[in-house]
Amino acid sequence: MMDGAAMDLPLMVNPPEMERLMPMHLAINSEGVIISHGPTLGKVLGRNSLIGMDVFAVVCFRRPGGIMTMADLTQRRGQRLQLHKVGSPDDVLRGLAVQMADGGLLLNLSFGIDVIEGTRRHGLTDADFAATDLTVELMYVVEAKSAVTTELRQLNVRLQGAKVVAEEQAMTDMLTGLRNRRAADMTLAALCEAGAKFSLMHMDLDYFKAVNDTLGHAAGDHVLKVVAQILEAEIRTSDTAARVGGDEFVVIMPGLVDTRGLYRIAKRIIERITEPTEFEGATCKVSASIGITRSTIYDAPLAEQMLADADTALYASKHAGRAQARLFANAPDAWDQAQV
Amino acid sequence: MSLVTHGLINRAIQSFLRDTYGAAVWRQVVQEAGLGFDSFEPMLVYSRAQTASVIDAAGRILDRPTDTLLEDLGTALVSGPSAGSVRRLMRFGGVTFVDFLCSLEELRGRGRMAVPELDLPELELDEAGPQVYRLTCRSAMPGAAHVLMGLLRAMADDYGALVVLEYAGLREDGETILIHLLDANYAIARQFDLAAPGA
Repeated sequence: MMDGAAMDLPLMVNPPEMERLMPMHLAINSEGVIISHGPTLGKVLGRNSLIGMDVFAVVCFRRPGGIMTMADLTQRRGQRLQLHKVGSPDDVLRGLAVQMADGGLLLNLSFGIDVIEGTRRHGLTDADFAATDLTVELMYVVEAKSAVTTELRQLNVRLQGAKVVAEEQAMTDMLTGLRNRRAADMTLAALCEAGAKFSLMHMDLDYFKAVNDTLGHAAGDHVLKVVAQILEAEIRTSDTAARVGGDEFVVIMPGLVDTRGLYRIAKRIIERITEPTEFEGATCKVSASIGITRSTIYDAPLAEQMLADADTALYASKHAGRAQARLFANAPDAWDQAQV
Repeated sequence: MSLVTHGLINRAIQSFLRDTYGAAVWRQVVQEAGLGFDSFEPMLVYSRAQTASVIDAAGRILDRPTDTLLEDLGTALVSGPSAGSVRRLMRFGGVTFVDFLCSLEELRGRGRMAVPELDLPELELDEAGPQVYRLTCRSAMPGAAHVLMGLLRAMADDYGALVVLEYAGLREDGETILIHLLDANYAIARQFDLAAPGA
């Protein structure tokens, strides 16, 4: 016998062995009659036995198009096929047909990307897949990865929450709960950038150092908190009040540039701050000086310029005897001398 | 062997302690272990020393040997109130309990496939006699074999298998567990659908 002869012999596999090797195979004779099939395919196609049935009565070939007869199918052997169960176009399978020695065809089928849905729909278990089939591993990976993704999503939600808190803290003066310098600078820069109409109030407490020195830092902190409460109460919700230094405060008031309105607010703030407050039996007496500037007096308002001008006005208030407010004006002779 | 513990493992320990002994005990453990935070993030990594402190602290506070505590943790991983995904992922290991035992050699690789930084124990299975299996466990985490004992016990229940587990101690190549399979079909296995419901 020649060496190559054994290779020419057709492979003979008994159907039960074939069922184990390819649980989703379909063997058809040259007439198109099913002569063997895998048990898993039986489940997918909804029948215990398909043997003796015409293949075209059981499945419908979708791609390549035009497969209606055994001759068409034989011609397409070796190509990737897409088919579905007759009457159930959602049950898509992919497959490959090869020719058998007797002229029949052997098709091996599988689920494509819809493997998870297919497995669920037909209630398949790992016993329904060949030992070499990686479907179960695929499903394992999908499930493990989706569990990990769920954890990551929850981590992101927690981090997002922490970020919001951190950002809020980064903008907040922890002692008084007012905004801090960073927040005031950002608000001011945004208003300047937008060319908005607004006023900037710079306030410094008078005699604060005396409270700190004689009654202690706790009393000083108490005074700062009371001042913060007064500011919160006297300004509108759209305004920003910030503590920008030890006893220095800034109030930014969008939309408010009316001189009389500004003085009225400043006057109320100073009056209330000047009222003595009690701290652990001791009376704390401070007052406040305020300098104000308005964006409308500049051609192009700059945050730095406005802060410097509000400071100049504040200095003028201090100089004029404290407990009063001054409005900055570009021309010194136009300085409003209104006092509280 | 890495010097870190993945947050998933720490979080599992946390969930077990909190679910089993209550939030107050967990807070005590956090304090005693000096964590400086009250909850492990499952997707971050932590120093291995922190994990060891948590286990030691829990043992002291609950006045229980850490071995039995770790064994209970292993059971809770599969059958506790916070379980679910672990049990399912374990069941992917095979159709029968013996298939499952064999799949344990792949555990480390499977874990890595899902979370590359996850450092699960290296497991080796030998047949030590008729219906007796020897599982060797090499892990950076001391006591991992005890967690495994609890997990095996719970998985045996899941598969409906009757087993006797024996901790055979520390050998040069790792900790060993002997698994005596008395009856593979002792009870009806819990249902396992390949496709997760609603996934």
